[in-house]
Amino acid sequence: MPTFVRTDKCDGCKGQDKTACAYICPHDLMKLDKEGSETGHVMQAYNQEPEQCWECYACVKICPQNAIESRPYADIVPLGGSVQPLRGTESIMWTIKFRNGSLKRFKFPIRTTPAGSIDPYGGKPAADINKIADNGFFVETDGFRSGDPSELIAK
Amino acid sequence: MAEFGKPDVVEEEVDVLIVGGGMAACGAGYEIGPWIEAAKAQGVDIKVKLVDKAAMDRSGAVAQGLSAINTYIGDDKDPADYARMVSNDLMGITRDDLTYDLGRHVDESVHLFEEWGLPIWKTDENGERHDGSKGMASLRDGGKPVRTGKWQIMINGESYKWIVAEAAKKALGTDRIQEHVFIVRLVNDKNDPNRIAGAVGFSIRDHRLFVYRAKAILLVAGGCVSIFRPRSVGEGLGRAWYPVWNAGSTYAMAAEAGAELTMMENRFVPIRFKDGYGPVGAWFLLFKAKATNAYGEVYLERNREMLNDYPPYGQAAVPAACLRNHLMLKEMREGRGPIWMDTVTALANLRETLSPREVKHLEAEAWEDFLDMCVGQCGIWAGENIEPEKKNSELMPTEPYLLGSHSGCCGIWASGPTDVGAPTSEKHPDKERIPSHLPEGWNWGYRGMTTVKGLFTAGDGVGASGHKFSSGSHAEGRMCAKAMVKYVIDNRDERPELDTPVDELIEEIYRPVRNFLEHKDYTTAIDVNPNYITPRMLQLRLQKIMDEYVAGVSTYYTTNEHMLDLAEQKLEMLKEDALKMRAKDLHELLRAWENYHRILTAEAHMKHIQFREESRYPGFYYRMDKNFVDEENWKCFVNSVYDKTTKSWTCFKRAHKDLVDKSKLFR
Repeated sequence: MPTFVRTDKCDGCKGQDKTACAYICPHDLMKLDKEGSETGHVMQAYNQEPEQCWECYACVKICPQNAIESRPYADIVPLGGSVQPLRGTESIMWTIKFRNGSLKRFKFPIRTTPAGSIDPYGGKPAADINKIADNGFFVETDGFRSGDPSELIAK
Repeated sequence: MAEFGKPDVVEEEVDVLIVGGGMAACGAGYEIGPWIEAAKAQGVDIKVKLVDKAAMDRSGAVAQGLSAINTYIGDDKDPADYARMVSNDLMGITRDDLTYDLGRHVDESVHLFEEWGLPIWKTDENGERHDGSKGMASLRDGGKPVRTGKWQIMINGESYKWIVAEAAKKALGTDRIQEHVFIVRLVNDKNDPNRIAGAVGFSIRDHRLFVYRAKAILLVAGGCVSIFRPRSVGEGLGRAWYPVWNAGSTYAMAAEAGAELTMMENRFVPIRFKDGYGPVGAWFLLFKAKATNAYGEVYLERNREMLNDYPPYGQAAVPAACLRNHLMLKEMREGRGPIWMDTVTALANLRETLSPREVKHLEAEAWEDFLDMCVGQCGIWAGENIEPEKKNSELMPTEPYLLGSHSGCCGIWASGPTDVGAPTSEKHPDKERIPSHLPEGWNWGYRGMTTVKGLFTAGDGVGASGHKFSSGSHAEGRMCAKAMVKYVIDNRDERPELDTPVDELIEEIYRPVRNFLEHKDYTTAIDVNPNYITPRMLQLRLQKIMDEYVAGVSTYYTTNEHMLDLAEQKLEMLKEDALKMRAKDLHELLRAWENYHRILTAEAHMKHIQFREESRYPGFYYRMDKNFVDEENWKCFVNSVYDKTTKSWTCFKRAHKDLVDKSKLFR
């Protein structure tokens, strides 16, 4: 389901410090055509290698203009269906359109804390250098499973 | 292309370099901070850098999200239970020291994920399921997760990687992170060929080469995808099961640095929803769906007796994954396909006992399972008008994948823990065939270190210990962070010196660009030129060789020594031609190097299958000339080292030993 960029919506992230889709694509597929020399569309992004698209939707979800959509793989899927998300800070909304026109909508939570709120070491202890070769980590979260010593038959 | 002259060179000396940005890298990036502070208090300043070829928020195997955490032990199971399960699923040959150690540490990471904001489904006192946003007690505080299988818990995981990356990025700080730089080659030490000294890569955004010198390097650049011809070869080429950006970089770079690899013959062939590769775990385990042949027969029951051909691995409560494929392939070979996931019956059965509210929730759960981690499958359902309560879906075994963190166990031979009874010497009839510079036993000083001094790995990198998945990879990265800090303290007076001058590295890395610039005007068609090959064509050639000769889908996963001989010859020529790849821009240079890594990984896979004279993983691959499991001669690790100078592999055996009692699986 390679992604495509709508000419009526993409603004090339002009007002931002970077092109969001090009920044986020894990496979370096999304590219900004600054001069319009490659697509005929000045300052708009495009998927430069659609047959390498994994349909991870990272670009679709991050686009500030909602300009990116996805068309199911032409060599596999009958035409007419679509799957489109709207990702917020706490949840994501999905709209699924079937080939026969029927629609489904779902909303799922994506995180329980405000975006950007993680305080990685807040309230956590310092590491004890004397324990660097011991089991466990610098912070304990009641998840270490010591195990029954008798299970280790070669010890 | 005028700008493609000599690149600007950015040189940096650090103590710890993390190559990769996925779950293992994020685990290391998080854990290392406090240990660096502790080292500083001892008078040792440690400089660290993380380099990712993409953006950490959406890089690695979890980029898209996940609908489950597949490894959460819980307080009701023992790490030994986990080690037993992993061993049986991988046909008996795993490192119990590594899996046991992972099992005892992994939940620490899962508890952090929940603290950071990952929604984890919970079960209430009436047994009803709730999504992770309902403010129920956390796992740490006794909240009950929704267990699908014995080890898996369900999550609302669309932002799983985003959350884990946020913690790692904040822990490291932006100055210690370099995104969009692809490390393509490690560099050994000038004074000790078996010590790591640095790594080199290029920016995929501008014309800069990055040269890092480091005492310790954590190589965590994922598994390997796209070395076999996939079932869809047009636009659907990218719709692989594991993410296509896993290019075998971990295995190839480690091999070239001289690290010992292990179990590279192992592969994973997942059975997934056809063409979209949608996950089946929740359907089998949570919704209790059954898979049938075209005639409605459940092949796992119909062909159950075939499991007895592979004692004891077929006789556990959950038979090894490859054997489940083996039973399914019989149906396909004998013409009783297609194979169906009977979603209609499963959902109808569940509706009988559920309230209308719960039924609505159930439908959402079924769709979320795909939407969280495999949107493409929803695209297929939408395009083919499939609603799972009305219409069944086809299942299909995929093309093979190489990885060490999911249900596969290929990777690098890594140092394990010292307190679980692991062997410290090598007792094996073929012991003298092990190259003498390699360590004996299963631990040699630093947890997660490879056989190359200072080179560490985790996640997909660590071989002989599958089933760590996302959470285990994170925990393994954290273990490496501690070990690397200790290594740097112990080696504080060493100064790494690169064994290759920077000018030579530039020549080597930008060779595909030079090939293009030198020859591009010879023909009128940019892609057809006798003097170079495009990375895309090279990849297709690799996929054709692997598919047709090394047990891909077109031969129903079969091969033999004669086919492997041909593969060997063809891969050698392909490796030679890799030097003629062209790159017309930085994007293509990225692809060129990814494909070089794929070739080396594929070659290791082929060599190991050739060396192991049995069929250890029926259902994943069959050596038809040795179509049996030979416990007497081959219940051992197959390991290898690569010689970068002669471009040749040496395979050898290492002894296997059980550290936990496996017979408990069969009582």
